[in-house]
Amino acid sequence: MSDLFADYARDATRSPAFDEMFGPGQVPRGEYAQVAAALGELTLADVTARADSMARTFLDRGVTFDFAGEERPFPLDLVPRIISGADWQVLERGVAQRVRALEAFLDDVYDRMSAVSDGVVPRSLITSSDHFHREVSGFDPAGGVRIHISGIDLVRDEAGTFRVLEDNVRVPSGVSYVLENRRAMAKGLPEAFGQQAVRPVEEYPRRLLTALRKTAPSGAEDPTVVVLTPGVYNSAYFEHTLLAGLMGVELVEGRDLICRANRVYMRTTAGEQRVDVIYKRIDDDFLDPQQFRSDSVLGCPGIVNAARAGNVTIANAIGNGVADDKLVYSYVPDLIRYYLGEEPIVPNVDTYRLEDRQAREEVMDRLDELVVKPVAGSGGKGLVIGPAASKTELEELRARILQDPRGWIAQPVLQLSTVPTMSRGQFSPRHVDLRPFAINDGDDVWVLPGGLTRVALKEGSLIVNSSQGGGSKDTWVLAEDPAQLPAAQPVPAAVAAPQAAVWPVDPEQLQEPEQ
Amino acid sequence: MLSRIAESLFWIGRYVERADGTARILDVNLERLNQLPTAEQILVSRQLLGVMGAVPDSPDFGLGDLLNKLAFDRSSATSIAGALGAARENARRARETVSSSLWEGLNTTWYGLNQHRKDVVGTYRFCHWVLERTAMIKGFADTTMSHDESWQFLALGRSLERADMTARMLSTHGALSAGLSWVNMLRCAGAYEAFLRTRRGAAGEEQAAEFLLLDRLFPRSIVYALSDAEKALERLDPSHRRIGFINDARRIVGQARSFLEFHQPGDLLSELPEHMDRVQKSCAQASDAVTRSYFAQPIDLSWVGEVS
Repeated sequence: MSDLFADYARDATRSPAFDEMFGPGQVPRGEYAQVAAALGELTLADVTARADSMARTFLDRGVTFDFAGEERPFPLDLVPRIISGADWQVLERGVAQRVRALEAFLDDVYDRMSAVSDGVVPRSLITSSDHFHREVSGFDPAGGVRIHISGIDLVRDEAGTFRVLEDNVRVPSGVSYVLENRRAMAKGLPEAFGQQAVRPVEEYPRRLLTALRKTAPSGAEDPTVVVLTPGVYNSAYFEHTLLAGLMGVELVEGRDLICRANRVYMRTTAGEQRVDVIYKRIDDDFLDPQQFRSDSVLGCPGIVNAARAGNVTIANAIGNGVADDKLVYSYVPDLIRYYLGEEPIVPNVDTYRLEDRQAREEVMDRLDELVVKPVAGSGGKGLVIGPAASKTELEELRARILQDPRGWIAQPVLQLSTVPTMSRGQFSPRHVDLRPFAINDGDDVWVLPGGLTRVALKEGSLIVNSSQGGGSKDTWVLAEDPAQLPAAQPVPAAVAAPQAAVWPVDPEQLQEPEQ
Repeated sequence: MLSRIAESLFWIGRYVERADGTARILDVNLERLNQLPTAEQILVSRQLLGVMGAVPDSPDFGLGDLLNKLAFDRSSATSIAGALGAARENARRARETVSSSLWEGLNTTWYGLNQHRKDVVGTYRFCHWVLERTAMIKGFADTTMSHDESWQFLALGRSLERADMTARMLSTHGALSAGLSWVNMLRCAGAYEAFLRTRRGAAGEEQAAEFLLLDRLFPRSIVYALSDAEKALERLDPSHRRIGFINDARRIVGQARSFLEFHQPGDLLSELPEHMDRVQKSCAQASDAVTRSYFAQPIDLSWVGEVS
């Protein structure tokens, strides 16, 4: 191992976290062997040159997120996060199972609420959720799918067990970085790919388009798909352009759309064109000023009625937020048993429901040891990590919890697993999470082999969000068997003579034979 | 204008486009090559060099040699550095005709050739740099020269070479044992986004090949490049005859273009090797014909041409 890893063992002992790359005794795990070898041959100058070149490529290509009005490149670390084929098979099944259960749950919530009448979840859990929208209850969305795209966040605890940290079934973002990271890595650390069978991620946009078209309203023969973005100031605008570009569909803003007679059209130079499927990248609240926030200028009035009439598919469906409410999260294992009759494959993180008096009292006593999260939030907003919080922060939190116990959950502080990450001229352990992306086309849930690994770039930090100093890593899923790779095409003879010549005979050819 | 100057301009057009095309092909194929086991890597490196029209010179030809042959070897016009050197040499001989921006663009590029690491990672940056420089040089040529006879020669050389290069890009798809995916093939020609916007959902290998071969609006497609060459030839010799063409080059280019355009492909992918072969031959023949009719001195200009 080169001296870039000189202090790694020492740094690793500072936290009890599971290290993804090194097993006990600083021996690289099997799946990391090749990467360890490749990194071992690099010098600091190499590593710096490559990291710089990768950062510059990102900036040049505009792979940025918007932070306080400024375009910043999303920092990509040189060391990939690798998942063995065997681990992945479990995760893949676990994620798909969860998506199926949440899909069933949402169908139920906006219909008969049999989970409530059968006593699996309390009615108040659903009706008190900020994202439960009565506006969309009582109808099945066109195409029959609610969670077309999901991003279920996973973490690995001290024992190396994967757990679900939260569900994102509204507008999960980050898949553009998965695609871009892989392209950057192929050029930044080519040695490490070497003979390894890393499963490709480039088919994602094609899979997405196919699923969106498949779930179009039944009348549409050649469905028109659009991506609906809030506009250029949105933090994920880059992702919207990338996905629309890679799917070859229009990227529209609310003002490009118009609803008439419960149908949605877009304004084009050739007149109004019917839209069948909307890949919605704005929050429900802003989607339709007739139904939700009347001051929204991002959406298009009438879109909810069009969806209700079954004339347009909205992906993901409106009202999905009730399924990724963090209090509902604590019931998901029960929901999996209830709807699917299966045991959960990937477990949850232990969660205290603060409405419950006993749990609340226990949490109040141990506030400085726990993580407390607002149930409706996303992106790490409003989360308080007990051990890292000051006394006043904790007191403030205590007051807010008592005021609205439904609004919060508490979990033990999880030491997320670590992966070597470049920091001040050395590799040092940093905490990571994982967001695999799944696409549901109604018949099948496909999980993208890979996903977004976010890494907290500050030592010891457990917050990986890009808005709070996080970076990312390319995520490699190794193929178990070669059939999972795109087939290396059978070798055609290099100069195979065409079987039947279609061109007229070339007179000059006859006179001067090729050397 | 002087034949000698016309010839220099023709070759500036060709060499700059060749550098650009080679950089594109190398960049995309390298990504693929890197992920292959060593034995296959050697095999594919040799095949790729074959597609680019050169022969490996040693029995243990590998990735490193490929980089040298296609990117850095100044003694061969198959390589990017060689082509750019040759373009600069041609511009030096025609300095009074080309604009100073075009000359400086070429000259600065030539001096910049050495400032790159010659390993795999360095080659990626090198290819990118070459794409930028050649785009700039082409921009200078288009905006700072009168579009007179001299520019037409430059444009003619450029479009013939472009058709040839696109044919080679398409060949790397079929001829290599670890062929490029169609996505990478389109990326190679910078056509990925253009293609997706045209085709929407219905995208596949055959459509991608068709796009690069036959599209009438995408400037790097073979049909487009050949019609550009035809236009330049027409402006160079606008005499209209009632029957036939005096100019061989026009006949050759026109025949190839119209064959492709009017041909009804049965199975495009299996016909592709033949199309590519014939397009490349037509470009070479047209280039010879241009040489015969305009540049007089019978020098060998087949593929290597003048090298500094």
